[in-house]
Amino acid sequence: MTKEEMITWILGIEPAATTDDTGEWLVVQVPVDKWKNFAACIHKGPPALDFLFCLTAVDWKTHLCVVYHLRSSRTDETMVVKVQLDRDKPQIDTVCDIWRTAEFHEREAFEMFGITFHQHPDLRKLILPDDFNGYPMRKDFEDPVNMIKL
Amino acid sequence: MYAETQIISSSENNPQLKEGQLVINVGPQHPATHGVLHLVITLEGETIVKIEPHLGYIHRSIEKMSESLSYRQFIYVTSRMDYLSAHINNLGCALCVEKGMQIEVPARAQAIRIIMSELTRIASHELWIGAMAMDLGAMTPFFYTFRERETINDIMEQTCGARLTMNYMVPGGVMYDLHPEFVTRVRAFITQFKDKVTELEDLVTNNIIFRNRTEGIGILSKEDAISFGCTGPVARASGVDGDIRKRFPYTGYEQLDFEQCLHQAGDSFARYIVRIREMYQSIRIIEQLIDQIPEGDFQAKTKAVIKLPKGEFYTRVETARGELGVYIISEGGTTPYRIKYRSPGFSNLSALDHMARGSKIGDLMATMGTLDLVIPDIDR
Repeated sequence: MTKEEMITWILGIEPAATTDDTGEWLVVQVPVDKWKNFAACIHKGPPALDFLFCLTAVDWKTHLCVVYHLRSSRTDETMVVKVQLDRDKPQIDTVCDIWRTAEFHEREAFEMFGITFHQHPDLRKLILPDDFNGYPMRKDFEDPVNMIKL
Repeated sequence: MYAETQIISSSENNPQLKEGQLVINVGPQHPATHGVLHLVITLEGETIVKIEPHLGYIHRSIEKMSESLSYRQFIYVTSRMDYLSAHINNLGCALCVEKGMQIEVPARAQAIRIIMSELTRIASHELWIGAMAMDLGAMTPFFYTFRERETINDIMEQTCGARLTMNYMVPGGVMYDLHPEFVTRVRAFITQFKDKVTELEDLVTNNIIFRNRTEGIGILSKEDAISFGCTGPVARASGVDGDIRKRFPYTGYEQLDFEQCLHQAGDSFARYIVRIREMYQSIRIIEQLIDQIPEGDFQAKTKAVIKLPKGEFYTRVETARGELGVYIISEGGTTPYRIKYRSPGFSNLSALDHMARGSKIGDLMATMGTLDLVIPDIDR
């Protein structure tokens, strides 16, 4: 499937999505309230984007952005989905019932960026200790013992 | 929190447990976890009900550190992630920088990179077989595998100056040219490997105890492997053809003749056999290159200070454990704005609970051992 065909397919699923095909892969921006439904549709396909190979978040200082890298396990279609979140109250629906690998990755994004994933079965800290304060991967995080910044 | 975790708690003092269930802790200091992994296991009799991994004992925040390091420096930190695939981690980062800068890598450097990557893969698999067999109670294979691994380490030491965290890949090529004895020693290693690997196969592959303990244990279906984001030998043992070297070739793998090792069974023994066959394929790749390493530069000319253009770059490489993704977001400065390492072990570990549920606690070591977990890679 070419990028143009994918854009038509995506806009058919979600007219509110914006696309950018200038890079190596197609980048799709989806509004946060439409994300869950959109995720279920692209997982079903065709082409079934059933392999979530990277899930991460980025702090853009004005807002947070969750980035999903998806590809099909049978064909080579790859897509990057970005969802913008409010920085003061970042909330998004979980997708770990669709791609089960998201469970761990979402827990990591939760503790590092403070993003709440609704309906996540077990949203606790995974890497950091339970009594740790702050979200270390955010840009305004000040490391109290100055060990990370060189 | 960890201090107050009890060694064994019964259902009487833990209301979340049902009648007859108990919780045991494996790790953080346990010989079979090969690092500081902490598993909290809920048992019903001998049957595993739930496994909860607790991570972070050696979390060094490499992603945050990389944000304040230059594009030449951050590569060296990644050797400390999956220390058994140090070359391949470095390669993934170097490729990402090269992609952003559009640097053309000389043919000699590409050949050296592939040979080094495959030697690393063999060394990593050798160590894994030794350690895994030891987890299951076999002591001898450990010495056999370390003999071969030692030869590779000596070869690495001669050219790179280090035996474990090599830091040999740089943006644009490799750091130094090969040692004059490199080719002879690698050829000698190939002969030695082919001769000695049969010993290992006799000792482990055809061992009835080993087979009984691994066959049909820790089964991961193809659908689950995809859903859990498993990559590398773990996914290939379940029939997922996701070898990055084949599907999305990089640094010249597309010109080489090798097979992707697939297995359909998805059990612990399949994961073992996939790794054994992968070592043979790695030898096949090295044999194709070792006699015809192109002459020429080993490093492209690059600027002293690298500034990546504004944008996002993602590269993936096949480490000994699976797919390593390097995601760089650049704002045009001398340091990255954000780096994410998609480590293979992190996703593979997430499948452990699913794989081990319902099996006996004694089989956990066979299941966990064949996942080939390297904890610094998971924690980062």
